[in-house]
Amino acid sequence: MFDLNQAIGIHAQTAILRARRAEVLAANLANADTPHYRARDLDFSALLNGELESSSLQRTDVRHFALGDTQDGGLELLYRVPAQASLDQNTVDVQAERAAFLDNAMRYQASLRFLNSRLAGLLNAFRGE
Amino acid sequence: MSLFSVMNIAGTALAAQTLRLNITASNMANADSAASSIGGTYRARHPVFAPQAIDPWDFDQSANLGVKVTGVVESAAELRREYQPGHPLADEAGYIFLPNVNVVEEMANMISASRSYQTNVEIMEASKQMLARTLALGQ
Repeated sequence: MFDLNQAIGIHAQTAILRARRAEVLAANLANADTPHYRARDLDFSALLNGELESSSLQRTDVRHFALGDTQDGGLELLYRVPAQASLDQNTVDVQAERAAFLDNAMRYQASLRFLNSRLAGLLNAFRGE
Repeated sequence: MSLFSVMNIAGTALAAQTLRLNITASNMANADSAASSIGGTYRARHPVFAPQAIDPWDFDQSANLGVKVTGVVESAAELRREYQPGHPLADEAGYIFLPNVNVVEEMANMISASRSYQTNVEIMEASKQMLARTLALGQ
């Protein structure tokens, strides 16, 4: 049977994770001047692997745990190790966070482009012209 | 959708930085406001920032933190006391009291606040583009 998820592939999950990461990085930047705030980030490749495994593994019993299904919704946030300590114990490096945010945004758009071309291909196939 | 909360997060930062700029402006404006008593003299004010959960119903509150201003504190630094017997506000001993505003510090604060404001505007701009592209998906 035709499976839309399989046709779209990895890109939908990637885009969702990228959007989530954008949120975390924006929170870091918003708190660039907040004392005692510790910058956070998520381990993208580990999370994506977790997503892929959980979507491919079958649970044969309702009491089985789903992979990546932890208490905080499967998104484990880590703390960034500061390159330079600051006096107010804030660990946000604004330049690094901005670079990470832009990088993340570009990769998000790349995912969107892949998604778009998949969808265009599907539409072509449906029309059968 | 998490891209919308990026907007919210950056929005809280814009509000906080605006308040910080406002406070800096009033400190600078009152840097030389003389008074005849210690109690009546203007004191430098500073905002206190703290992280704030954007969506109280979100189970994962540790993630999306905006920033809020929990209060404005007055500086405890010593007031300036100057001997100016000719000043209309001078007390019996001929002294006037001037605010404890450190103008150099305030300038640095102002630059830092406006930089942070710009950064957050750029974040909003970037997430706006991301959202617009997402909405145009499949067209």
